[in-house]
Amino acid sequence: MMPLLTTKGLSRNFGGLRAVDGVDFAIMPGEIRAVIGPNGAGKTTFVSLVSGRIQPSSGMIVFDGADITNLPAYARVRLGIAYTFQITSVFANLTAYDNVVLPVQRTLTDGRSKGAVHVGVMAALERTGLAGRAHMPAGQLSYGHQRLLEVAMGLALKPRLLILDEPTQGLADGEIDNFIGLVREIAKSATVLLIEHNMPVVMQVADRITVFNAGKILAEGTPEQVRANAEVQDAYLGTTP
Amino acid sequence: MKEASPAKAYALHLGVIALLFALSFVLLEYHHGLLARIMVLAVFAMGYNMLFGYVGLLSLGHAMFFSAGLYGAGLAVIHLGWSVPAAFAAGLACGALLALVIGLLALRTSGVAFMIVTMMFAQVFYLIILYFAAWTGGDQGLVVPQSGRVLVLGDTSLGLTNPTVRYMSALVLFSIVLLVTLGTVRSRYGRVLVAIRENDERTKMLGYDIFSNKLVAVVVSGTICAASGAAYALLFGYVGSTFASVQYSILPLLWVLLGGAATTLGPLIGTLFMYYVVDITSGYTSAYLLIVGIALILLVLFFPRGILGTIRQRWLGWLP
Repeated sequence: MMPLLTTKGLSRNFGGLRAVDGVDFAIMPGEIRAVIGPNGAGKTTFVSLVSGRIQPSSGMIVFDGADITNLPAYARVRLGIAYTFQITSVFANLTAYDNVVLPVQRTLTDGRSKGAVHVGVMAALERTGLAGRAHMPAGQLSYGHQRLLEVAMGLALKPRLLILDEPTQGLADGEIDNFIGLVREIAKSATVLLIEHNMPVVMQVADRITVFNAGKILAEGTPEQVRANAEVQDAYLGTTP
Repeated sequence: MKEASPAKAYALHLGVIALLFALSFVLLEYHHGLLARIMVLAVFAMGYNMLFGYVGLLSLGHAMFFSAGLYGAGLAVIHLGWSVPAAFAAGLACGALLALVIGLLALRTSGVAFMIVTMMFAQVFYLIILYFAAWTGGDQGLVVPQSGRVLVLGDTSLGLTNPTVRYMSALVLFSIVLLVTLGTVRSRYGRVLVAIRENDERTKMLGYDIFSNKLVAVVVSGTICAASGAAYALLFGYVGSTFASVQYSILPLLWVLLGGAATTLGPLIGTLFMYYVVDITSGYTSAYLLIVGIALILLVLFFPRGILGTIRQRWLGWLP
């Protein structure tokens, strides 16, 4: 099987700092991949390069067999790469419903989905459990619900690759359990690339884990392999009890 | 952006148009003429609102789009002897082309830089008008001859100097632009514009090309303003460089802020209000600008989102 996304020698410099340094990465269709690493390891920069929010200094990104390195972000979204923001970035003055209208009408315009806007919007809101709050202004939703709205907007884009940047940050424990269920559900129809700090979440949902450190991939493997990796323990996980 | 019943919104707008139509038969001559002018300038304000209200781009150079229409139509009649429809189309084309060029350049900036860049381009446009005084009449301006201001429709010819024809022409233009604006802001494209205003980074990551969406908005806005300018030249018979000065870039901003940014009827209300405050106060004192200033301050204090914007916020959430 061909990987959905690969990067070759992907690098990005900020001044003298190599935030992402020659990363070769591949993710298979249908996989849930977690990216972990200490603060400043280059995780967010890496997914920003993949989503096109920032341009690489060198290297190459291939999505579904096509070179997308020079495509602008909006064009990558249309190909099926959806990105949900680390810092909640919903349209606070619009209702939850209207927030989701935007991605739905995008997929309709691109011909990637069919039917009425309303149906698509309610489907995304129902999957994330927000249907009952459709007409609340997004800014008045609780923080946890705003995070879910982010995910709903990502889902409404009908992504083939959904990038979630620290989706459980700031969520309560009960909300996190629901969230794990949601990610598993999403993975039935999309590939999920997840940056996450919450180790129990990572260990539960990820098929494979990629560990970043100082802009490079330090290790990669199943949760068990990564847990057992001594280098990873030094860099990030601390000593195992 | 609430779930408004479209019928209600369209009924309100058609009602406003019907009211303006009825007023034509009731108003005294002076107010009749003034209202015709206000409707034409409200079109200018609506064009400005398209960009400022819905996309959140504050331009300080829209006088150039208005005067592109004004001179485009006026000079076509004066120097080329074009008919009224052809001259109007020329005005629109000048405005659209200018907006496309300015949009391509100015949209590389945003925020304060966008304000400054648009203002500078408008100043360049103003100075060009003065420089080519042989054709434009410079700071004196030019009068569009009455003989050129006749609209020929089949067998009938309508003199645009006739007050009723003038009023109705202004009303037709106003109505078309009002309904186009309403249709646009309720459309998918309108939603995208509001999304860009609220959070452009997020909108980009939902698959929208921000630059080209903004560029279309600049061209639409510029073309509407040019329509206003072209109508002004043809209906009121005067083209002058004052209309290209900074003052006429700031006036539409003021009208829109007063009436309510991002409301479809706000531009009309703002223009109407401003004109009548000036008109009434200048009848009493030569220091009328003082009173206008006080009125503006009171409005900002009690109607911070403009007249219609505040009404929408407090009472009528369904207003478009």
